[in-house]
Amino acid sequence: MTASPFSLWVYLSQTPLLWLTVTLVVYALADALSQASGRNPLLNPVLHALWVIGVFLHLTGTPYQVYFGGAQFVHFLLGPVTVALAVPLYENRRVVRRALVAMLLALVVGSATAVSSVVVLAELVGLPRDIVLSLAPKSVTAGVAMGISETLGADPALTAVAVILTGIMGAIVVTPMMNRLGITDFRARGFAAGLASHGIGTARAFQVDELAGTFAGIAMSLNALVTSLLVPLAVTLLVR
Amino acid sequence: MIACFSLILMCQLAGEILVRAARVPVPGPVLGFMLLFGVLLLRDRVGPLARGPLAPGRIEGTAKGFLAHMSLLFVPAGVGVVQKLDLIAAHGVAIVAVLAGSVILTMLATVLTFLVVGRVVAPEGDRQ
Repeated sequence: MTASPFSLWVYLSQTPLLWLTVTLVVYALADALSQASGRNPLLNPVLHALWVIGVFLHLTGTPYQVYFGGAQFVHFLLGPVTVALAVPLYENRRVVRRALVAMLLALVVGSATAVSSVVVLAELVGLPRDIVLSLAPKSVTAGVAMGISETLGADPALTAVAVILTGIMGAIVVTPMMNRLGITDFRARGFAAGLASHGIGTARAFQVDELAGTFAGIAMSLNALVTSLLVPLAVTLLVR
Repeated sequence: MIACFSLILMCQLAGEILVRAARVPVPGPVLGFMLLFGVLLLRDRVGPLARGPLAPGRIEGTAKGFLAHMSLLFVPAGVGVVQKLDLIAAHGVAIVAVLAGSVILTMLATVLTFLVVGRVVAPEGDRQ
């Protein structure tokens, strides 16, 4: 006789196919919704894909490790997409060269603020030390931040969550905040978005303006570089 | 498209190898990003390089199509929040408040530095 629906589920829920499909379908729906809303920041596709998949895993009692078995194929692409950012940098190299000094100083100030503000604020509200350490690299892209967290002896899984939350909040806040401040220079807006909220902020910047997206991409990759040098230093100085 | 994607992977691979060989604390993909940028600059100077994935517009097209879907790539790591629900229950409000405060401060510091410095050095920069 044919397999019962239950044994079919038992089989499928252990295969990468199901979880890869769930990841892509839920994201595609969240993205379509975001597009239909004219890219309303509150309909951020990552935010809504996360909770839908999270609830689905919870209802089906699926452990995260089983889900990640399928989703890892998507996760892996975080590395190559960082490399691909060289293309918009190359195409806009003349605009970038004109803004080089401003970019480098904004990079140093921004990176230092990103790391020190999170460490100081976290200590102020009295979060335990292992959480403080895990939050420190939150402004850089997931793969890099998890690596930094590991070298600190912190919790890379918590760091990944902090990274994604930071990215989502940055992507939601950036457009209304910059509009309210009356900042119309899309190079500066994009650079700030990419520096503070890495790939999710960069994806948001590309939705708003191509030049903003390019500067966001540069900020994201340079910040990954600076933060990996800065975090160990800041942690020695700031964490009690 | 396969050739373009191979080129991207080769840059990342070379980045990872160099990072480990030189023992520098730079992420491999970031070095790969610099390598790809260097390869593209080199292509403009060395004519015969402009073929295959480096033919005008090819790697550009692939990379842009890929970058358009960058947000998707953060979903698997983000779903990891389900492993941290007890920690979120205990400290979630504080963590979210700290991250929100920090992301706003970081954006303000960055955008203001960019604008102020840009205004000071702009005449020199525009002379080229």
